[in-house]
Amino acid sequence: MAVKIYSKYDKVKYLRKEALPTALCPGCGGGTVLNAFANALDELKIDPKDIVVVSGIGCSAWIASPHFLADTLHTTHGRAIAFATGVKVGLPDKKVVVISGDGDLASIGGNHLLHAARRNIDITVILVNNFIYGMTGGQVAPTTPFGAITTTSPYRNIEHPLQISETVAAAGASYVARWTTAHVYQLIASIKKALQVKGFSLVEVISQCPVQYGRRNKMKEPAEMLRWFLKNSVPVSKAKKMPPEELEGKFIIGEIVSRQRPEFTEEINKLIKEVAERYGLGDDDAD
Amino acid sequence: MIIRGDEPEQLRLLRKLYKPGNYFMQGNEAVAYGALFAGCRFYAGYPITPSSEIAETMARELPKLHGYYLQMEDEIGSIAAMVGASWTGFKVMTATSGPGFSLMQENLGYAVMTETPLVLVDVQRSGPSTGQATKGAQGDFFQARWGTHGDHPIVAVSPVSVEDAFWETIRAFNIAEKLRSPVVVLFDGVIAHTREQMRIPDVSEVEITYRKLPKNEEEAKLPFGGALVPPMPLFGHGYFTHVTGSTHKENGLRDVYTQEVHDRLVRRIHKKIEEHEEEIQKWEEYFTDDMDILIVSWGVSARPSLGAVLKARDDGIKAGLFVPKTVHPFPGKRIRELSKKVRVILVPEMNLGQLILEVQRYVNDDVLLKGVNKIGGVPLRVEEILREIRGVA
Repeated sequence: MAVKIYSKYDKVKYLRKEALPTALCPGCGGGTVLNAFANALDELKIDPKDIVVVSGIGCSAWIASPHFLADTLHTTHGRAIAFATGVKVGLPDKKVVVISGDGDLASIGGNHLLHAARRNIDITVILVNNFIYGMTGGQVAPTTPFGAITTTSPYRNIEHPLQISETVAAAGASYVARWTTAHVYQLIASIKKALQVKGFSLVEVISQCPVQYGRRNKMKEPAEMLRWFLKNSVPVSKAKKMPPEELEGKFIIGEIVSRQRPEFTEEINKLIKEVAERYGLGDDDAD
Repeated sequence: MIIRGDEPEQLRLLRKLYKPGNYFMQGNEAVAYGALFAGCRFYAGYPITPSSEIAETMARELPKLHGYYLQMEDEIGSIAAMVGASWTGFKVMTATSGPGFSLMQENLGYAVMTETPLVLVDVQRSGPSTGQATKGAQGDFFQARWGTHGDHPIVAVSPVSVEDAFWETIRAFNIAEKLRSPVVVLFDGVIAHTREQMRIPDVSEVEITYRKLPKNEEEAKLPFGGALVPPMPLFGHGYFTHVTGSTHKENGLRDVYTQEVHDRLVRRIHKKIEEHEEEIQKWEEYFTDDMDILIVSWGVSARPSLGAVLKARDDGIKAGLFVPKTVHPFPGKRIRELSKKVRVILVPEMNLGQLILEVQRYVNDDVLLKGVNKIGGVPLRVEEILREIRGVA
């Protein structure tokens, strides 16, 4: 069965066949993200040999690892960006991409996310935000909307969600964009841009989890969740003119920030050259 | 290859920067120079007393050797970055102390499971918790052994002097590289901050080793099997290596449902340490040919122990000393042999009794086994150990 399904998919060359089918539930937004990522690479003609994909723990960590055919490092919970930092320093000419979820990257791994953005290390993070701990059984997350029902907020969520993209932009990233799985072409365009930007880039993808989030919040069908995304999405330009109370419960979509800042691996390699000059360590004066 | 990158250039730089000779050096500095001589060119760390001079020395020296110093946001990130860098071919190190060592335990297990070479220096300080931040201790003996969860082997070495710290750090790297395994250097805050004479050797005197790499694509397909220590298919070579801390098959792909797959993987990870035990284990013995009383001590406590043994022998008491330099896997077989010669074994250490529990496993009940324990950040003195020896003589 599975053989037939994926053999018709024209981006199958990017996937590890022996790892298919994926573990994602029917209706999950993860497949859309994987497809968008594969399309972005295809359009940019990036050889998967020039990519290292790093992920953490949870459903979204499974989107590209092990399914994507590249060097893949599947790490501990929350630490993907810190692992990726070591990979990038070792392989500054490769594209290092982290694909993982909101709980993984913004809750337990929030500190690494902020500091990688501050350092502006050339890593692309695709953060799949489905408002929930899916694989673990639908527990409340720091991204769960206020008032939502989850297995650990059975009456209602009394906490407010973290605005991940805005926080990462404030921390110093070169590029930050947010889209939903209902904005596939814009998403592909942003992933392409993120992969080309020199510096830390984040693409936050609002994604549906009909199994753990939707069905407890009156959106049992994936399509209902996508309609919810479309109805409540507000472009960045429009959001700037809206008061905060009107933005409650909305998804601000588009490019949050796009700028040039000194990049970490370039700086550290520049520093090494400076030190060699300062101490006269070059080849010429070898003794 | 012994170092990632341009090897003749690296050897040229080492010779140019660090002239052989005697230096007055601090223990922490000796660890850092040991790492540089061993080929470590990537350090990720987070400052913590009493280990910080290791980070400071690496931050100053690494760029001179085309190496990378990263100050991470915390200890968890530090060991994570090290694992990432190790898979790109770097020899990697971090240094920390009790609280930071606690934070690193999860990813130490990840390094065991993914067979990632790295060196983790724990400059032991007085705990539990924040304890006495500036004071040395030996309370992490079992944290090094069992700090991360699940069945796992670990290698830990423990230096007794500044010069020893230099060489034991090099040895830690060589074991890590050869066995594709993390190695802990159980150092302590006392020797870390002690200054004494040590000799910087010429690079030709230092034997160093580098991990086995796959010779071809075929070998690269089995990063986690096919040999007791499989070759390591580094990232960036087009091998499409998959690395995961979940139970995985020989090709790296996850299989968490098959009992045999887990059994095969975890037993092999144990076996690769067990089979190399004799090679890994190292210890020193003093007067053990002719003794009634055996002292077993490690790290900083081994120093006053030797002083006490010498004084006891002046008094005609036949005392001997055993100092494990490799504390895990513990050289218990030798302890078993030596215990048959003596009536009493004393175990001086700066904790309330940790090494002694390991010794106990190898000693019969008819031998009196007694700890000499001191906590509070002040090292044991010769007189304190001598008093105990006289008490049982």
